[in-house]
This record gives sequence, structure tokens and C-alpha cells, in this order.
Amino acid sequence: MAEKVKTGSPAVQKDAPDFSNWSCPLPLADYSTIVMGHGGGGKLGNELVEHLFLPAFRNPALENLGDAAVLDLPAGRVAMSTDSFVVQPLFFPGGSIGELAVNGTVNDLSVSGAEPKFLSASFILEEGFPLAQLAAIVGDMAKAAATAGVQIVTGDTKVVERGHGDGCYINTAGIGVLRPGIQVGPHRAQAGDAILVSGTIGDHGMAIMSVREGLEFESQIRSDCAALNGLIAEVLEEVGGAVHAMRDPTRGGLASTLNEIAQSSGVGVEIDEPSLPVRPEVQAACELLGLDPVYVANEGKAVFFVAPEAAERVLEVLHGHALGREAARIGRVTGAHPRMLVARTAMGANRVIPTQIGEQLPRIC
Amino acid sequence: MKYLTEFRNGEIAQRMAREIHQITTRPWKIMEVCGGQTHSIIKNGIDQMLPAGIEMIHGPGCPVCVTPLELIDKALAIAAQPGVIFCSFGDMLRVPGTEGDLFQVKGAGGDVRVVYSPLDAVDLALKNPDKQVVFFGVGFETTAPANAMSVHVAKRRGLKNFSMLVSHVLVPPAIEAILSAPGNLVQGFLLAGHVCSVMGYWEYPPLAQKYKIPMVVTGFEPLDLLDGIRRTVMQLEAGRHEVENAYERIVTREGNLPAQKLLGEVFEVTDRAWRGIGVIPLSGWRLNAEYRDFDAEERFHISGIHTQESPLCRSGDVLRGAIKPAECPAFGKQCTPRHPLGATMVSSEGACAAYFNYGRFLSAEELAGAGSGMTGASRG
Amino acid sequence: MCLAIPGKVEEITTEGGLRVGRVNFGGVVKRVCLDYVPELVVGDYTIVHVGFALSKIDEETAQKTLADFREMGVLDEELGTEEEAFARAAAQPQSACPDGSCSN
Repeated sequence: MAEKVKTGSPAVQKDAPDFSNWSCPLPLADYSTIVMGHGGGGKLGNELVEHLFLPAFRNPALENLGDAAVLDLPAGRVAMSTDSFVVQPLFFPGGSIGELAVNGTVNDLSVSGAEPKFLSASFILEEGFPLAQLAAIVGDMAKAAATAGVQIVTGDTKVVERGHGDGCYINTAGIGVLRPGIQVGPHRAQAGDAILVSGTIGDHGMAIMSVREGLEFESQIRSDCAALNGLIAEVLEEVGGAVHAMRDPTRGGLASTLNEIAQSSGVGVEIDEPSLPVRPEVQAACELLGLDPVYVANEGKAVFFVAPEAAERVLEVLHGHALGREAARIGRVTGAHPRMLVARTAMGANRVIPTQIGEQLPRIC
Repeated sequence: MKYLTEFRNGEIAQRMAREIHQITTRPWKIMEVCGGQTHSIIKNGIDQMLPAGIEMIHGPGCPVCVTPLELIDKALAIAAQPGVIFCSFGDMLRVPGTEGDLFQVKGAGGDVRVVYSPLDAVDLALKNPDKQVVFFGVGFETTAPANAMSVHVAKRRGLKNFSMLVSHVLVPPAIEAILSAPGNLVQGFLLAGHVCSVMGYWEYPPLAQKYKIPMVVTGFEPLDLLDGIRRTVMQLEAGRHEVENAYERIVTREGNLPAQKLLGEVFEVTDRAWRGIGVIPLSGWRLNAEYRDFDAEERFHISGIHTQESPLCRSGDVLRGAIKPAECPAFGKQCTPRHPLGATMVSSEGACAAYFNYGRFLSAEELAGAGSGMTGASRG
Repeated sequence: MCLAIPGKVEEITTEGGLRVGRVNFGGVVKRVCLDYVPELVVGDYTIVHVGFALSKIDEETAQKTLADFREMGVLDEELGTEEEAFARAAAQPQSACPDGSCSN
């Protein structure tokens, strides 16, 4: 018996695409699911490009359909980043794998101090994956790219046999142009730096949990998946080189990111737990499952390490932006306890927050 | 969250801590039995707030830690079998068996799933009639009612593809084992509040009398823990040894009678091996004859398991409060959360993991240095 | 054995022969088996562990406990010596029955 293909949750499935106005509906419309041929580089594969990817991502570089996209970049230094996206389920409250794939790479470039410009998008699809879901994912990517102001200029599709994939995996790689005069990096945090976070933590991870089989719960929690390049541009405009390090705390949450920077820079990081912004429902969901919000993934938040005299201005800029309304100052960099993250608890005591080994798991004890 | 957040008020906590400082005139060793309380004490830094003379000893109330190695090995063997969906609480996934853990079995192709409730496992059995669904029924008395109900439901629905791998342990025999051990240093107990919400606390006065040890039923939030400690210290200072209930909003003396009734119908008392401690007579529950069909150990005859503890691991001594984690020679060296030798290092509430993760291996000066000069960060 | 959190019962139904409630934990709602606490009605608070209600939260007692906690240490701020503080603390109502057969 054929193994069931992982597909999106029916509750959030998008509408099927309208094939009727595509110039050559056959044989694409004949297939409602992905077949091996779609990855073969032949007619079926071309159909996908012509009738799905091109219309969605529409831009001149892509339309040339060369093996490589030829791009014009301003002189200067270039940043490049890549990430693969394997999230399950594919559609979750507040987003989908498509939005993650675009925003994830946009954000990696942005926190490196670059202005994101061009993305590639590669798909590994499982035989039997519904075309309607692929169309929805691609639509999400197009929207996210437009919002972020980036173009998806090249891509690839491969198909694996049924049972050998999770429906859809996506890899995106991105190129951005570094702003002159901006030098940020995880190794650049300095004692005295103020640490700011652009908003509430734990939203994305708990949104995924809420629809994860075996652990589901009802809530209003939505993924915070968003492109941060606009927000970061405004911050850099305002204070420039006063920003020493930036990161988006994705997998492993805020704690992992702060630990990474502490270790890279060889400094100590102190945070004040009561000042961490957490939505009440996210806190409640964490209590239910025995999870700590500091370890839960975020997909639309940035952490900033800034020179202390610039902290207030950065906060103002953040608060003035739609994605930064709940921004908060959460701690500082110190020369004490180098390479360690220490939190002051609500009790006034200190606890070391280590990097997690592997994924944080729900607990009963 | 109502009835949770209020019990985390930092200002009140500090006042309560000051009160404890004021009433303490001598050193005292107090044990909290429940791993969840250990987790809360260390995560909130409650032990840092206590006067230097009060030592909190972290007892064996971590069902994950005390599950016998042999049973973990059986779980791994069952989970690796094709056609089995092995369900477990998240806590068990990284507990090391003789070779590997459930996470690794999952990586090798086993169908291992984390669930929130044992009823979810029953649901899976209903939805997957062609698979054998096995639930890892680990826990103290708090979790036993959930497991009992799940097996009861499975039986009522005539499910042939659901079974439970049972490792239930009981608190009172553990406390007695600790108190009766030669060289016992524990002078007072914080009783596990949620265990008591099920079983009540009527079993403890004879123990308190026999060993002349005060025992206080205590909750899990910082204010509850501080109150439990405060009351224990008060009794110790006054030479009293009674059972008190500091968790009155949840716990009654007789406990939850409907739960006790079903527990009596589904389980029977048995001797249990506690990992690191040894066999404590009549200290556990297993499925009784009526429900033996649902016992995974009976359904899957696992043979050929060679169980071997690491000779370096001193979990048992830690669980009994005989040594502190940092006093184990392997702590932080051969044994770390990444490469745990025993369950106390891998379970999030195991004393060794708690010490490691929350930095108790830092010297007192290093940690004090971490807090000095840290002003409350403004929200801006 | 320990992670049980308080939630408010919003709806009670029967599912598969079990009394089941929709319980709201600060905005997160989960289906919970209520069979062990048959006296629960909609609007009550209960403590829930692995999907099972284990006990009703006695709200009056909860409020009283909080009030007692708030009182604690407040007087000390004006106070005198450690001995006086100890005397005061020791004078708190104590258990009247040595065998613990009454609750505090």
C-alpha cells in the first residue's frame, strides 16, 4: 500500500489554483499531483516553470530562463546566505513554508548588514504532492518576496519517490549588498552594549506546536514570520555603526542566539527575565507543555547589540515600525562570566541559561 | 495566568525569604522529593535566596531518572520493531539506555512519537488499527490516574492494538527508604504537592512520627516553595515533626477519591527497582490481572537484552542526596547533558542536569559577580 | 509527576464515554478529561496534568493563601531584633494536632 504523502493540514489549505486561463492548461491540469516527470527537466518540468513559477515570481532575470540568472549589482561587498526549509506542517497559523523560505533568507542577509536583493528557490517535491498546495506555497513566496522587495531569479525542481520526502522541502539562497560603513557580526559585541529585542518571543515555535500531532491545542497564537529588512534598514539609518551585532533568533530561540554571540565575542551576556516580551498565550502554551520561551523559535524578530548611548534611539525606531511595537531592552553585555548567558529571574536570583542540546521537548515533570 | 502568575511575585518572594532568614538559627537539610520542585527551585534560584545554613537536597522524585535501565532497554527494543508506534512523554526521549535512546531509535526509522496525554496514544491506536501502539507509562502517583484511565478506556473499547509499558513508582516507600538508610542526613521533607492532590497526605503522619521528621505538602511555584520551606524550618526550629499542608487550594487530606478508586481497579502494588537505588519493596504499581493483557512487557517478549550501567555513574548517590552532582568525579567531564551517563544528567529535572544547566557548578563568587551591578532593564 | 497547571473550565461534554471539558489556560484551550473531578462545573478552576483534571482549585483558599503571603514580612520592615522576629514567627498559629490529622 502506498505510503501516505505528507500534505498540508486541510483546515488551512488554500484554494486550488485556477488553471483555466493558463495558456497551455494541458497536460498540467491533467495532473493534480506531482509526478516523477515534473523533476525530469522535460515537458512536465517546463510546464511547472511556465505556468507556476514564472507567473508567480515574475521578473526579467527569471524570465530569461537561463541556467544562471544574470544580475546587475552595485559595486561593493556582497553577502550571500542559504537555508533549507523542512517545516511540518507546511501550513500553520500565521504562515507557511513558502513565507518562511523567503523571509528566512531575507532576514539572514539583513542581520548581516546587507540589503537583500535576489533569491534562488529550489524545491524537492515528493511524488504525489498536491499541485494545489504547491501553488499555494509558491503564491506565498511571491507575496513575501514582493513585500520584502526582493526578486526570486532562479530556481530548480526535483522530485523524489513517494515516501522519500515530506511533501515539500525548499532551499533558498540569497544575495545582498552590504551597506558601506556598517560592520556587524556575532564577534563584535562589546562590554557595555545594550541588548534589544524587536518584539515578543516564542510566537513561531508555539504556533507550530499548536498544530503538531499529539500536542495540539487551540489558541490565537500565530507565527511571527516576517521580513525584517525594512525594520533593520531604519535602525541602521538612524544609528549606523552603533549596532555591533544583530541576529534573528530562529531555531533554538533567543537563548541560543545570545549564547552564540556571547561565545563568538568572548563576552558575558546578562538579561533581565521580567523584561523579556512574551505574549500571554505563548507563555500559557509554554506552561502547558513545560517549555521555556527563551528556547522557542522566532521567525520575525531581531536581536540587536548596540552601543549603550544609541539604545534609546534604536528603541524609538523599533517602536515606530509595525514589526517592532513590542520591542524591549532586555539586557546588556558584561565583562563578567565571559561566554555565558546569565538571567536575573523575577525572584532576583541568577540562573545560567545554557545552549540547549537538540530540540526542546515537552515534559510532564 | 490565573492562580499561577500570582504565586510568582518576586517582591513577596523576597519578603518570604527574609522571613526564613530571620527564623533560621541552625543549619538544616531539607529534601524536596519531586523533580518538578527541583526544577522550579533551581530555575527560579530559590536555593540562592535561602540562608546559608539551609541546604536543599534533591530527592529521587524524578520518575524519568528512576526508571530502571532494563525497562528503558525494553522500550528501545519495542520502539525499534516495525509495525509499532511507540508513544512517550517528551521527558523520556533522551534518557540513555545501555545503547542509545529513543531519539536515536527514531533516527534509525522507529516510529517514536511524543504525546501530551496517554489518551492521545489511545486515539492513535483507534486511528491506526494495523499498528501496535505502545505507551511508555512512566511516572509517580500524579500520572498514574491518567495512565489507568487510558488502559481502562482501551479495555472498554476492546482495543487489541494498544498496550502500556508500565513503570510507576510511589513516593511514601521512597521516603521511608531514604529515612531508614544508615547515615541519613535529611531532616525535613517537602512533600510533592501534585502527588498529594491524587493520594492525599494521610499516609505520612506515621512516617513523620516514626522518624521524627517534619513534612510539608508543598506546591511548585516560587511562593509555594518558599512557604513550604518556611514551614519546615519553623517546625525544625521548634522541634516539631508534623505533617502540614501548605498547598491547601489544591490538596486535601484524603486526596482524589475517584482517581484512587480507578487506580485500585487497574493497578496492583509491586516491588520496583529504582535506577541508581536498587529494589524498594512494594514501591511501584503494575497492571493487575484484569488488565495484564495491556501490559507491553507481556505482549512483546523482549529477550536478549544485556543491561549495563556505566560504572562511572553515581546517579543513585545523587538521588539519595548522599552527594551533590558536582561531587561526582564524572560530572562535567565524562558526563554532561550532551553525553549523559545516567538519567539524572539527561532529564530536565534530574539533579545533575539542573546543576549543570543552571550553573551551580559555577563558584558562588562567579555567580554573585554575574548579578552585581545589573539594574532592572527598562522597557524603554 | 509534577507539571500540572491551573485552567478554567469553559465547556463540558461527553466524548467516548468520558466526561470531557474544554479548559482555558490563559488563552490556550485544551480538551481535558474531567472524570476524576466530577464536581467541576463550567466556570470552575482546576489543576490539569497530562490532559486530566486532578483537583478543583478552591478559589477562596487560593485568595486567602495569597493574602497571607502578601502579609508576610510586611511588618518586619518596621521591626526590631531577630529574636523578636523569631518570636513573632513562632507565635503563628500552629497545627493543633500532632499527628497531622487536621489540615494546618
